Amino acid sequence: MIEIFNVYMIVLIAILLCVIMAIVRVIIGPTIPDRVVGVDTINTIVIVGMVIFGAAYEMVIYIDVAIVYALLSFISTLFIAKYLEGGEF
Amino acid sequence: MSIIEILGIASDCIIYIFLGIGVFFNALAGVGLLRFPDVYTRLHAGTKCTTFGSIFIIGSVIIIGLKMWWGHDTNGSVLAIHSAFALIAILLTNPVGAHAIARAAHKSGVMPAQAVIDELKDKSTEKITKKKTSSKTALSKDGGEQ
Repeated sequence: MIEIFNVYMIVLIAILLCVIMAIVRVIIGPTIPDRVVGVDTINTIVIVGMVIFGAAYEMVIYIDVAIVYALLSFISTLFIAKYLEGGEF
Repeated sequence: MSIIEILGIASDCIIYIFLGIGVFFNALAGVGLLRFPDVYTRLHAGTKCTTFGSIFIIGSVIIIGLKMWWGHDTNGSVLAIHSAFALIAILLTNPVGAHAIARAAHKSGVMPAQAVIDELKDKSTEKITKKKTSSKTALSKDGGEQ
Protein backbone atom coordinates (compact mmCIF):
# COMPACT_ATOMS: atom_id res chain seq x y z
CA MET A 1 0.00 0.00 0.00
CA ILE A 2 2.99 2.32 0.56
CA GLU A 3 3.86 2.54 -3.17
CA ILE A 4 0.31 3.47 -4.10
CA PHE A 5 0.30 6.06 -1.30
CA ASN A 6 3.32 7.77 -2.90
CA VAL A 7 1.68 7.66 -6.33
CA TYR A 8 -1.38 9.35 -4.86
CA MET A 9 0.76 12.12 -3.39
CA ILE A 10 2.31 12.73 -6.86
CA VAL A 11 -1.18 12.83 -8.39
CA LEU A 12 -2.31 15.32 -5.73
CA ILE A 13 0.63 17.65 -6.52
CA ALA A 14 -0.17 17.50 -10.27
CA ILE A 15 -3.81 18.30 -9.58
CA LEU A 16 -2.71 21.21 -7.37
CA LEU A 17 -0.85 22.64 -10.39
CA CYS A 18 -4.10 22.45 -12.42
CA VAL A 19 -5.89 24.33 -9.63
CA ILE A 20 -3.19 27.03 -9.73
CA MET A 21 -3.69 27.46 -13.50
CA ALA A 22 -7.44 27.83 -12.95
CA ILE A 23 -6.81 30.39 -10.16
CA VAL A 24 -4.74 32.46 -12.62
CA ARG A 25 -7.74 32.47 -14.97
CA VAL A 26 -10.01 33.55 -12.10
CA ILE A 27 -7.69 36.47 -11.30
CA ILE A 28 -7.01 37.78 -14.83
CA GLY A 29 -10.35 36.87 -16.41
CA PRO A 30 -11.58 39.82 -18.50
CA THR A 31 -15.31 39.20 -18.01
CA ILE A 32 -17.42 37.81 -15.18
CA PRO A 33 -18.39 34.50 -16.93
CA ASP A 34 -14.65 33.77 -17.33
CA ARG A 35 -14.24 33.87 -13.56
CA VAL A 36 -17.31 31.68 -13.08
CA VAL A 37 -15.85 29.10 -15.49
CA GLY A 38 -12.60 29.12 -13.51
CA VAL A 39 -14.42 28.60 -10.22
CA ASP A 40 -16.44 25.72 -11.72
CA THR A 41 -13.25 23.99 -12.90
CA ILE A 42 -11.66 24.48 -9.45
CA ASN A 43 -14.72 22.86 -7.86
CA THR A 44 -14.50 19.73 -10.02
CA ILE A 45 -10.75 19.35 -9.47
CA VAL A 46 -11.16 19.79 -5.70
CA ILE A 47 -13.80 17.01 -5.65
CA VAL A 48 -11.36 14.67 -7.41
CA GLY A 49 -8.63 15.68 -4.96
CA MET A 50 -10.87 14.88 -1.98
CA VAL A 51 -11.59 11.41 -3.38
CA ILE A 52 -7.87 10.77 -3.90
CA PHE A 53 -7.12 11.99 -0.38
CA GLY A 54 -9.72 9.62 1.04
CA ALA A 55 -8.22 6.72 -0.90
CA ALA A 56 -4.67 7.60 0.19
CA TYR A 57 -5.51 7.72 3.89
CA GLU A 58 -8.28 5.05 3.64
CA MET A 59 -10.76 7.43 5.26
CA VAL A 60 -14.25 7.06 3.78
CA ILE A 61 -15.53 10.22 5.47
CA TYR A 62 -13.48 12.38 3.04
CA ILE A 63 -15.39 10.87 0.11
CA ASP A 64 -18.73 11.66 1.76
CA VAL A 65 -17.53 15.26 2.10
CA ALA A 66 -16.70 15.19 -1.64
CA ILE A 67 -20.26 14.09 -2.52
CA VAL A 68 -21.82 16.92 -0.49
CA TYR A 69 -19.32 19.41 -1.94
CA ALA A 70 -20.27 18.35 -5.49
CA LEU A 71 -23.99 18.95 -4.91
CA LEU A 72 -23.45 22.30 -3.12
CA SER A 73 -21.08 23.60 -5.84
CA PHE A 74 -23.66 22.65 -8.48
CA ILE A 75 -26.35 24.65 -6.68
CA SER A 76 -24.02 27.66 -6.28
CA THR A 77 -23.14 27.54 -10.00
CA LEU A 78 -26.82 27.50 -10.94
CA PHE A 79 -27.53 30.50 -8.70
CA ILE A 80 -24.63 32.50 -10.16
CA ALA A 81 -25.87 31.71 -13.68
CA LYS A 82 -29.38 32.78 -12.77
CA TYR A 83 -27.97 36.05 -11.36
CA LEU A 84 -25.97 36.70 -14.55
CA GLU A 85 -29.07 36.21 -16.67
CA GLY A 86 -30.76 38.97 -14.70
CA GLY A 87 -33.60 36.74 -13.58
CA GLU A 88 -35.62 37.23 -10.44
CA PHE A 89 -35.60 34.58 -7.75
CA MET B 1 3.08 -17.86 -10.77
CA SER B 2 -0.53 -18.31 -9.85
CA ILE B 3 -3.53 -16.58 -11.36
CA ILE B 4 -4.13 -14.41 -8.30
CA GLU B 5 -0.64 -12.86 -8.47
CA ILE B 6 -1.09 -12.13 -12.18
CA LEU B 7 -4.44 -10.48 -11.41
CA GLY B 8 -2.79 -8.34 -8.70
CA ILE B 9 -0.06 -7.12 -11.06
CA ALA B 10 -2.60 -6.42 -13.81
CA SER B 11 -4.83 -4.43 -11.46
CA ASP B 12 -1.82 -2.36 -10.34
CA CYS B 13 -0.97 -1.61 -13.98
CA ILE B 14 -4.59 -0.62 -14.69
CA ILE B 15 -4.60 1.69 -11.63
CA TYR B 16 -1.40 3.45 -12.76
CA ILE B 17 -2.64 3.82 -16.35
CA PHE B 18 -5.97 5.27 -15.20
CA LEU B 19 -4.22 7.74 -12.87
CA GLY B 20 -1.94 8.85 -15.72
CA ILE B 21 -4.84 9.39 -18.12
CA GLY B 22 -6.81 11.34 -15.50
CA VAL B 23 -3.91 13.64 -14.57
CA PHE B 24 -3.15 14.24 -18.26
CA PHE B 25 -6.71 15.35 -19.00
CA ASN B 26 -6.92 17.54 -15.89
CA ALA B 27 -3.68 19.24 -16.97
CA LEU B 28 -5.22 19.75 -20.43
CA ALA B 29 -8.14 21.49 -18.73
CA GLY B 30 -5.80 23.91 -16.94
CA VAL B 31 -3.80 24.69 -20.09
CA GLY B 32 -7.01 25.17 -22.09
CA LEU B 33 -8.37 27.57 -19.49
CA LEU B 34 -5.23 29.67 -19.89
CA ARG B 35 -4.81 29.50 -23.67
CA PHE B 36 -8.26 29.69 -25.26
CA PRO B 37 -9.47 33.12 -26.45
CA ASP B 38 -13.12 33.10 -25.43
CA VAL B 39 -15.63 32.30 -22.68
CA TYR B 40 -17.26 29.47 -24.63
CA THR B 41 -14.05 27.76 -25.70
CA ARG B 42 -12.73 28.05 -22.14
CA LEU B 43 -15.94 26.44 -20.91
CA HIS B 44 -15.44 23.69 -23.49
CA ALA B 45 -11.94 22.99 -22.13
CA GLY B 46 -12.64 23.46 -18.44
CA THR B 47 -15.74 21.30 -18.22
CA LYS B 48 -15.32 18.39 -20.62
CA CYS B 49 -11.67 17.70 -19.84
CA THR B 50 -12.21 17.69 -16.07
CA THR B 51 -15.25 15.40 -16.42
CA PHE B 52 -13.32 12.92 -18.54
CA GLY B 53 -10.26 13.05 -16.27
CA SER B 54 -12.30 12.63 -13.09
CA ILE B 55 -13.97 9.53 -14.60
CA PHE B 56 -10.57 7.86 -14.88
CA ILE B 57 -9.15 9.02 -11.52
CA ILE B 58 -12.24 7.96 -9.56
CA GLY B 59 -12.31 4.73 -11.60
CA SER B 60 -8.83 3.94 -10.31
CA VAL B 61 -10.03 4.60 -6.74
CA ILE B 62 -12.97 2.23 -7.36
CA ILE B 63 -10.57 -0.47 -8.58
CA ILE B 64 -8.45 -0.01 -5.42
CA GLY B 65 -11.57 -0.38 -3.28
CA LEU B 66 -12.59 -3.56 -5.11
CA LYS B 67 -9.06 -4.91 -4.64
CA MET B 68 -9.22 -4.25 -0.88
CA TRP B 69 -12.65 -5.88 -0.82
CA TRP B 70 -11.21 -8.93 -2.60
CA GLY B 71 -8.60 -9.10 0.18
CA HIS B 72 -11.38 -9.33 2.83
CA ASP B 73 -11.11 -5.71 3.94
CA THR B 74 -14.65 -4.39 4.44
CA ASN B 75 -13.41 -0.80 4.34
CA GLY B 76 -12.76 -1.27 0.63
CA SER B 77 -16.39 -1.91 -0.26
CA VAL B 78 -17.49 1.37 1.34
CA LEU B 79 -14.61 3.15 -0.44
CA ALA B 80 -15.66 1.79 -3.84
CA ILE B 81 -19.39 2.45 -3.45
CA HIS B 82 -19.01 5.99 -2.11
CA SER B 83 -16.50 6.83 -4.84
CA ALA B 84 -19.04 5.60 -7.39
CA PHE B 85 -21.65 7.92 -5.83
CA ALA B 86 -19.22 10.86 -6.06
CA LEU B 87 -18.59 10.00 -9.73
CA ILE B 88 -22.34 9.90 -10.41
CA ALA B 89 -22.74 13.31 -8.73
CA ILE B 90 -19.98 14.80 -10.93
CA LEU B 91 -21.43 13.25 -14.10
CA LEU B 92 -24.92 14.58 -13.36
CA THR B 93 -24.04 18.08 -12.18
CA ASN B 94 -21.08 19.17 -14.34
CA PRO B 95 -22.72 19.36 -17.83
CA VAL B 96 -25.85 21.01 -16.43
CA GLY B 97 -23.78 23.70 -14.71
CA ALA B 98 -21.75 24.32 -17.87
CA HIS B 99 -24.93 24.69 -19.92
CA ALA B 100 -26.33 27.17 -17.42
CA ILE B 101 -23.12 29.24 -17.46
CA ALA B 102 -23.01 29.36 -21.28
CA ARG B 103 -26.66 30.39 -21.50
CA ALA B 104 -26.17 33.08 -18.83
CA ALA B 105 -23.06 34.41 -20.60
CA HIS B 106 -24.88 34.68 -23.92
CA LYS B 107 -27.86 36.39 -22.30
CA SER B 108 -25.66 38.82 -20.36
CA GLY B 109 -24.10 40.07 -23.62
CA VAL B 110 -20.73 38.27 -23.84
CA MET B 111 -20.44 37.24 -27.50
CA PRO B 112 -18.08 34.64 -29.03
CA ALA B 113 -14.81 36.20 -30.21
CA GLN B 114 -14.09 34.46 -33.53
CA ALA B 115 -17.43 32.82 -34.32
CA VAL B 116 -18.55 32.63 -37.96
CA ILE B 117 -22.24 32.03 -37.24
CA ASP B 118 -24.24 32.57 -34.04
CA GLU B 119 -27.57 30.80 -34.39
CA LEU B 120 -28.93 31.73 -30.95
CA LYS B 121 -28.33 35.45 -31.64
CA ASP B 122 -29.94 35.13 -35.09
CA LYS B 123 -33.00 33.44 -33.55
CA SER B 124 -33.49 36.14 -30.91
CA THR B 125 -33.06 38.99 -33.43
CA GLU B 126 -35.48 37.25 -35.84
CA LYS B 127 -38.12 37.11 -33.11
CA ILE B 128 -37.64 40.80 -32.25
CA THR B 129 -37.83 41.93 -35.87
CA LYS B 130 -40.92 39.78 -36.47
CA LYS B 131 -42.65 41.34 -33.48
CA LYS B 132 -41.72 44.86 -34.63
CA THR B 133 -42.90 44.29 -38.21
CA SER B 134 -46.16 42.69 -37.08
CA SER B 135 -46.92 45.59 -34.71
CA LYS B 136 -46.06 48.10 -37.45
CA THR B 137 -48.40 46.42 -39.93
CA ALA B 138 -51.15 46.31 -37.31
CA LEU B 139 -50.67 50.03 -36.60
CA SER B 140 -50.74 50.91 -40.29
CA LYS B 141 -53.92 48.84 -40.78
CA ASP B 142 -55.60 50.66 -37.92
CA GLY B 143 -54.51 54.01 -39.35
CA GLY B 144 -55.86 53.08 -42.76
CA GLU B 145 -59.25 52.15 -41.38
CA GLN B 146 -59.51 55.34 -39.45
